[in-house]
Amino acid sequence: MTTQVTRSGDRELVITRRFNAPRAQVFDAFTHPEWVKRWLHGPEGWTLETCEIDLQKGGAFRYQWRGDKGEVMGMSGRFLSVDRPEKTVHTEIFDEDWTGGETRVTTAYFEEGQGTRVEMTILYASLEVREGAIESGMADGMEASFAALEATLIQ
Amino acid sequence: MSQAATQDNDLLDAVFAALADPTRRAMLGRLARGEVSVSELAKPFNLSQPAITKHLKVLERAGLVNRSRRGQQRPAVLNPERLDEASRCLEAYRQIWEANFSRLDQLLAEGELPSPPDDPA
Repeated sequence: MTTQVTRSGDRELVITRRFNAPRAQVFDAFTHPEWVKRWLHGPEGWTLETCEIDLQKGGAFRYQWRGDKGEVMGMSGRFLSVDRPEKTVHTEIFDEDWTGGETRVTTAYFEEGQGTRVEMTILYASLEVREGAIESGMADGMEASFAALEATLIQ
Repeated sequence: MSQAATQDNDLLDAVFAALADPTRRAMLGRLARGEVSVSELAKPFNLSQPAITKHLKVLERAGLVNRSRRGQQRPAVLNPERLDEASRCLEAYRQIWEANFSRLDQLLAEGELPSPPDDPA
């Protein structure tokens, strides 16, 4: 199953993806810095250069990405709950606050056959802010997605 | 590339540039709720009316906003058609995640991730 992104209600965005690996392993891949750095590079051409995670209730985390032109994008947050391997809830905010304040992210890990389905629910401050976040996702992912967008828009 | 395709590309560039700015994204958010005067639009921002007008022009050039004419006033109105196209960016957003998750697939498949030190499972 490839990634699905759907709007839910007015203020939520739900990202769903299945992985062919046991739940505890997927949970750890999402929550241990040395592993997160290996895959959460962000938009095409970026890398996750800093990743610090204090994985416990009330614990803080900090992610910082760097683009291939030296741009920096940072995000920090705090865990509201950590229940390995089922679920985490955290707040997050980007350094350049383009989401009108914190978002709250619930990440749930479901056992599905031999694999694991991950469901991330991002709760934004408002509908407008959610739409803005999706749009800036497009701007950030411009190079990666340009060909696909071009194909869609130029028909 | 055909001339039409070049024009579309230019427009697309304008859309990307317009959306790259947080103030303009917030302005679009306000416009999504309905037609609004420039002074009304400027209110939530700590910006002068000329500054707001400048942002509006960028949005207009990208085709995201139209200015209607009502007597002396020229309220701004969202171009829903253009926004429909912009809503396709959900797909672009999805692709960013998919690219990252694919990398994780590979790590998981290669057994690259060691067991956590204090694995209670």
